[in-house]
Parts: sequence; structure tokens; C-alpha cells
Amino acid sequence: MKSALGLAGSLAAANVTALTNLPKEDDSPKYLGPKWLQQQQQQSITLEQFQAQDKLTPYKDVISYNNFYEFGFDKADPYKKAQNFITDPWQVEISGEVAKPGVYNLEDFVKPHTLQERIYRMRCVEAWSMVIPWVGIPLADVLKHFEPTSKAKYVEFTTLHDPEQMPQQRSLFGTLDWPYVEGLRIDEAMNPLAFLATGLYGQGLPPQNGAPLRLVVPWKYGFKNIKSIVKIRFTENMPVNTWNKTAPREYGFFANVNPAVDHPRWSQATERRLPSSLFSPNRIETLPFNGYAEQVAHMYKDMDLRKWI
Amino acid sequence: MDLNTKLFQRFRWWLIFITSALPVSLLVYAAYHQQLGADPAKEIVLELGTWAINFLWITLAITPVRKIFGWNWLVKYRRMMGLYSFFYAALHLLAFATFMVGWNWKILIVEITERPYAIVGFIALILLLPLAVTSTKAMQRKLKKHWLTLHKLVYPIALLCLLHIIWQIRSDFSEALSYGLLLCFLLGYRYYQKRLKSVSALKRQTKGRKLKTQIN
Repeated sequence: MKSALGLAGSLAAANVTALTNLPKEDDSPKYLGPKWLQQQQQQSITLEQFQAQDKLTPYKDVISYNNFYEFGFDKADPYKKAQNFITDPWQVEISGEVAKPGVYNLEDFVKPHTLQERIYRMRCVEAWSMVIPWVGIPLADVLKHFEPTSKAKYVEFTTLHDPEQMPQQRSLFGTLDWPYVEGLRIDEAMNPLAFLATGLYGQGLPPQNGAPLRLVVPWKYGFKNIKSIVKIRFTENMPVNTWNKTAPREYGFFANVNPAVDHPRWSQATERRLPSSLFSPNRIETLPFNGYAEQVAHMYKDMDLRKWI
Repeated sequence: MDLNTKLFQRFRWWLIFITSALPVSLLVYAAYHQQLGADPAKEIVLELGTWAINFLWITLAITPVRKIFGWNWLVKYRRMMGLYSFFYAALHLLAFATFMVGWNWKILIVEITERPYAIVGFIALILLLPLAVTSTKAMQRKLKKHWLTLHKLVYPIALLCLLHIIWQIRSDFSEALSYGLLLCFLLGYRYYQKRLKSVSALKRQTKGRKLKTQIN
């Protein structure tokens, strides 16, 4: 009994000591990103219409509070376990309904474009949110480059599957099928807001945030923002995204931020803007399409968004 | 050292009492030093809830462990473990209401009455309350045999707690599985003991009857 309690105590201690390893603002690690990208990063431009006016979430929180289940289910797991994740060199396979399929080096993929900095709100389906300055390329510019055919109605994205580097892909107790898959309808993918991030806070993308290439669709719940992309496939039929496959009642294909439709297990009417301090929970009203209705609502005007979660 | 001296017993009592308070102490320390990350509220609520369940499972483990290993002294700590479970559970709800909801009654009531996992958790806490209140020796004497009946509530409470975990599963069920298997053992052991007892009682009865007929 005593030893059980001792064990219990040390478990708690282990947990809390583990937390002491979280970065502080002044000693946070920097992520420069691949060499070939660094100069291009310096020259990124800022367009007025893509700068959310909300207060930025501090860098240390953006890089240490992540859902990247391939590295663990705890919010700090990706920060703790993804540091040796190899993200350069990196290749992306383009396939399906396109004129120019093939396997491309990330470098060839990114080089032709001018990088942009965009400040976006990110609303997680778990009812917390952050405000993040991304660096990257408009998704539409990248996709057009491969010349999708008229049959390309959807775009499917796939994360790397590498159980050796991603510990949770080896787990026996998970409910998710690997590799992680996400998708967009072609008009969503071509919307000016849809973005492919290669960095954040003016530098490279940390592995825990989905390096080296990550989708950012700010009007949708965070799980749509697929990380560490290795495949982009253009399809005629709607792709099956990972969370939808696991729990179709809880996670749809569209997953547009919608305060009027609750998650079956919790409310989506409000969110907690992180970081929160203990005595001000920082709870704010959730906005339809995460406040981007003006730019995206027209794409869904004929759809019943209660049904199409 | 003589394990039965008053001094040793007192030492052991304090040791267990203080160890059990360690999780909450460390949590307060970490929160004060801002080591709980971007969402300290959630971290605190989760940690307190986990320890409420840990102590409930420890409470339920006392009888089987005592019988299997013959550690009769353990029974003295059953009340303390149960009360710690209640303590952590109450803090869990309090932390949720304060740090996550900021005592916004509208949200709080919706959360506790509309979310199945929250409902079962809340019921479990409410049911723990009378057990905590009647945990004293005086109450035990006062309630006599009803005390035992009342405290059997701990079994449905444990099941509600397990449900509280299961209904929150999203992508990983290893934690729910471990708590579930442990609870299966803790309840299974009791069922097995009860069966054993009733079988031997039956045997004794039939033996007695045989003896009687022989005498006659």
C-alpha cells in the first residue's frame, strides 16, 4: 500500500517535473527551417487582408501546445517527442486528376512562390483557440501549378506514415487509422484563405507544428489543418478524412467552425483563447466560420450546415 | 523496530497522509511557477480528476490487498483513502467551475446537465458526499448495519467514474482500459469471495444436516 502510494506520488512528481521542461519565452528553441528556405523566408510579404487583429498567442505556447497525435496524445508530447523528426529533405507526391503528377522535392514545390506572412485565428474542435503568424504560400497557387483537370472535385492530403519516427503510429490502443488523411472540396482549396504553411513567427516550421509543410484553413476546426504532408491527390469523389472515419457522428468532412452546432459531447458556442490564466478563463464567443464568414460563407450557401458538420 | 509501537503507527499515518497530499501540492507549486503550459486550467482539472479516481481505486484495493497479503493494518487507512478521493473529486469540480468556466452559471449548468460524461461525473461526486459525511466512527456506530449498505454505494460510484473516462475517449483507449481492468479485478475479487463464502456455507449446512440424520 505504502509502495503503491509512493508510486502514485512519484507518478505525480514525474508528471509535474516533465512540465518544468516546457519552454519559457526567453529560452524557447528556434527553428530556422531548411537552409534553402531561409532567404526566401526573410523576403516574405504581408497582405493587409490576411492579418487577424487579435492578440498573438506567445511563441512558446504555439510551439509547446499541439495536437499531433502521431507523437502522443498529451498537448506537450509533440514538443517533447518530435524534436528529432527529420523534415529535410522532403518530397511530396502529386497524383490523381492532374496534368502534372509526380514526386516533387519540397524545394521545387516552394521555390517558385513568394512567401507570405498571415496572422490567422485557429479554433480547435476541443473549444480552445490560438492566434498564429504563419509563413507560407496560398494553397491555390501551389495546386494550380500542377494543373488539376475538370474531374478534380476534391483534394486529399496525407501525412507521413513512419512508425519508426512517429511513436503513436505503433500504438495498439489508438482509434485512428494511420496515415492521417484530410481533404477539401476544390473550391475550398482554391479559396484565397487556404494556406500551406512552411513556417511561423518569421522562421521555419517546428516539427511539432507539422514541419515542413502543413495546411492552414482558418475557417475550419483545427483537425483539418493536416501536418507534415507527403501526398496531395486530386479526386472526383469526396475523400474520407481520418477523424470522420473514426467518429462520423462527431467529426464531419467539412468541419466548418459553427457555434450553432455542438459537438455531441461538448458545446461549440464558446472557446477559450489560449494562453489562459487561472483566474481569467479567457472564454469568448465562437464566431461562425471562425470569423471568416465574409470570405467563405458563400461556398456553403446551398448547404444545410446542421447536417454537413 | 517493533512494527506495533504507537510511535511507528503514528509515523506511518503521517507518511501516508502527506504522500497522499503530494499530487495537489505539486500541482499548486507548478501552477504558481507557471509550469503548466498554455492551458493551466485544463491541466489542473485533468490532474485532480485523475487523482480522485486513483484514490477511489486505492480505496477499493484495500480489502483485496489486505486479504491477499495478510496486511490487516491497511484497513485503518481505508477511510483516509476514501476521503482523499472525495477531496480530489471536489477540487476537480471546483477547479473546473473556477478556472475553466469562471463561475459563469449559464455555461456551468449546461456543461453539467447536457454532457453525458459530465453528468455521470457529477452524479458520482454527489453520491460520494454522503459517504464522506458518514465516514466517522460516530456515524458508523449511529447507522449500525445501514452504514454498510450505504457504503456499498462505492461500487456504482466507481462504475460511474469509469464511464466518465470511457465517454471521454477520443483517440486512445489505453487509459480507460487500464482503469477498467483494475476495476474488474477489484470487483471480481469481491464477487469471487462472496461466491466462495456462500458455497462453503452451503457445504456446512448440508454437512450439518447429514450429521443430524445420522444421529437420528
